[in-house]
Amino acid sequence: MSATTTTAPAKGRQFHLGRLLLEGRAFFALIAIIAVFSFLSPNYFTLSNLLIMSSQVAIFGILSIGMLLVILNGGIDLSVGSILALSGVVAGAMMQGVELDALGVILYPPVWAVVVLTLCVGAAVGAVNGVLVAIFKVPPFVATLGVMYVARGIALLMTNGLTYNNLRGSEALGNTGFNWLGFYRIGGVPISVIVLAVVAIAAGLMLGRSAFGRWLYASGGNERAAELSGVPVKRVKITVYMVSGALAAAAGLVLASQLTSAGPTAGNAYELTAIAAVVIGGAALTGGRGNVRGTMLGAFVIGFLSAGLVIIGVSSYWQTVFTGAVIVLAVLMNSLQYGSGTRKT
Amino acid sequence: MSAEVVLAARNVAKSYGQVHALKGVNFDIHRGQVTTLFGENGAGKSTLMKILSGVIQPTAGQIVLDGQPVAFANANDARDRGISIIHQELSLAPNLSVRDNIFMGREIMGTLGVDYAEEDRQTRALMEELEEQIDPSTLVENLRLGQQQIVEIARALSVDSRILIMDEPTSALSASEVEVLFKVIRDLTARGVSIVYISHHLEEALTITDHAVVLRDGVMTAYAPRADIDLEWIVRNMVGENYDLGSPPDSTIGAVALSIRDLSVPDATGQDLVRGLNLDVRAGEIVCIYGLMGAGRTELLETVAGRLRATGGQIVLEGHEISHLSIGDRIARGLALVPEDRQRDGLVQTMSVGQNLSLASIARFTRGLFTSTRAERELVDDSIRRVTVKTSGGAAPIGSLSGGNQQKVVIGKMLATRPRAILLDEPSRGIDIGAKAEVFRLLAEGAKNGLAVVYSTSEVSECLSIAHRIIVMHKGRITAEFDSTVSKDRIMAASGESVAA
Repeated sequence: MSATTTTAPAKGRQFHLGRLLLEGRAFFALIAIIAVFSFLSPNYFTLSNLLIMSSQVAIFGILSIGMLLVILNGGIDLSVGSILALSGVVAGAMMQGVELDALGVILYPPVWAVVVLTLCVGAAVGAVNGVLVAIFKVPPFVATLGVMYVARGIALLMTNGLTYNNLRGSEALGNTGFNWLGFYRIGGVPISVIVLAVVAIAAGLMLGRSAFGRWLYASGGNERAAELSGVPVKRVKITVYMVSGALAAAAGLVLASQLTSAGPTAGNAYELTAIAAVVIGGAALTGGRGNVRGTMLGAFVIGFLSAGLVIIGVSSYWQTVFTGAVIVLAVLMNSLQYGSGTRKT
Repeated sequence: MSAEVVLAARNVAKSYGQVHALKGVNFDIHRGQVTTLFGENGAGKSTLMKILSGVIQPTAGQIVLDGQPVAFANANDARDRGISIIHQELSLAPNLSVRDNIFMGREIMGTLGVDYAEEDRQTRALMEELEEQIDPSTLVENLRLGQQQIVEIARALSVDSRILIMDEPTSALSASEVEVLFKVIRDLTARGVSIVYISHHLEEALTITDHAVVLRDGVMTAYAPRADIDLEWIVRNMVGENYDLGSPPDSTIGAVALSIRDLSVPDATGQDLVRGLNLDVRAGEIVCIYGLMGAGRTELLETVAGRLRATGGQIVLEGHEISHLSIGDRIARGLALVPEDRQRDGLVQTMSVGQNLSLASIARFTRGLFTSTRAERELVDDSIRRVTVKTSGGAAPIGSLSGGNQQKVVIGKMLATRPRAILLDEPSRGIDIGAKAEVFRLLAEGAKNGLAVVYSTSEVSECLSIAHRIIVMHKGRITAEFDSTVSKDRIMAASGESVAA
């Protein structure tokens, strides 16, 4: 995966320990976390545990990549947790059968159609975000906050607050296989991790090598300059919110499949974890700086840290404290890195 | 002319690692007089001013205040001793009132919190002193730029500054606002305040200064009182060679490349900033648009480029009507704009020099879905060479370049799109003479190759350099059109500038 470096070192290439530690901080943090927990618990550093932890990270990881795109654009997407829940519920509803009153039939779409339609629902909600932000100039924080409530509300309305428990489908209706996403493995690797890897590589290529990626970095760094250079800034903006919505739907599908149930309260506050992963990965909330590699490291730092704390038996209250401390530390380092970068000029 | 020296730098040097920004400079500031510092970008002017105002500390040398050697711990320390600096970018909070800005950070406290009445009274007194009718409760964002400058000066005076350092105070002011500022400066000096003045606008600076100091590459190359110098002397010492912005290139003037017909552009309130304007520019021709601030130059150019919407009229590029196209489509058709404010509209500060240079022509190095790294590097290297950007390479951060080189990057970015017509809004703003000459050389070269060039400026001497034709704009209309043999006075008269004179 090629991730664009947006902050090329200004000075020569001489070895500089402090700078190296600062720039690779997410990576070193991850190594440190793995080392410490491996030392504290013999069960931590085993292949099976690493795979289990990774499949948990996958959900946050997929959300974080969507969030990264939005943050690179200089925005924020608070609605991903709600979109995740809404998509789970939509998928659940379709698995239970879609009743067409006019025709008097109940339609059971095959699983692939459920997946495609759910992704479209996510992208559509994302498009609402994008249009609000790009066309109607609503600040991203407010627009996505509103959509967050609306999406959650619709999910609750659709199920009356209840959860779809049976997502297995049935042979007779030809819609089995929904749990494939959450349970099956290819060569021992959970499907969710493979989905994450595919999404990450695709996003990395898009950011580093495609014209769209360059447009995204440019409009996040300075929208006015990008616009005057011929970048279609509105289209870029709407697209990133759509991609973020679609990825939230993908995460919702993976989660529903892992749980074989879909509830309207799923994914509560997941957007904050996704933002945290992006920030720990070194992206600037002001836009224009950040890459997929960092965000992935950020997602794994959070996931491996909380899983490790569970394994060594630390109270979940302490987990919250630790996660918070890591986030604050990460932001501190970000301002250190970018602050020193601008002072030099 | 031999007033007492209040502040002096003795052999002051400053280095950043291997880079020597200042190499043993001596500098005197006389009581109640204006000392102007001339020099190209990167000559060390700002570094010297930062040292004198305590923002940074010198690596070697001494600062002498009233005959006593001093060392300022920081900018506040210097301010307490009566030295204030007004930076090029104003440091006012636009959402606060004039009064709150003046007392920001050192509010006058009464028994029940801030004593607004007393602050109000003092602000009124300051404004009276500066002879500016500004109510203390006016929000700064509602003031004209020139008035904001006055507020900044009032703030400096409110701490009893004896020495006032002004870094490019006129770069954003209109001619009439400059007049007001100069009157204020004369009043201040009459009261014994010493002024240090930095400006790229040489003619303007000469009208106000008492002493001139020229810096080049961190060394003081010349020093003289006003009576002994003229424009040529400054330029000679600044660039060390004969200064010439060029003359109109003898390019072959071809067919009409860009035609603006009956164009009108409204402002937010629906009033026309540009009214029914007609202009034809031919291939190989260079047209200069001269006008004061608010004449509608920027609006005209931004509308042609597609950033603003016109209410009426046509924009025709090589026979095709383009006013319905997006900015990107216009660039693809061969129309490019170099905007006025390069920091705000020209550069993406988070990207490298190379990425900035290639930003407008991504399509040229995209093969299918992906960009070609090699094709991009070729384009970037080619651009760096063509517009002579002084940089360590395409990967260098854009912030590492000087103002003039940043401007060349913006121009290079637009030239890389292979335009048929290029519009430049004040291309010489805030860049030094050397860079200015290079920018104009680039434009002249482009015109020789058949490029249609339109640039705007607010310095008459720049109109009389490479332009074949000079258009004067006033209140949204073309009020006069001259060829390159016109005199300065006639241009200025047509712009409504010297009506009173």
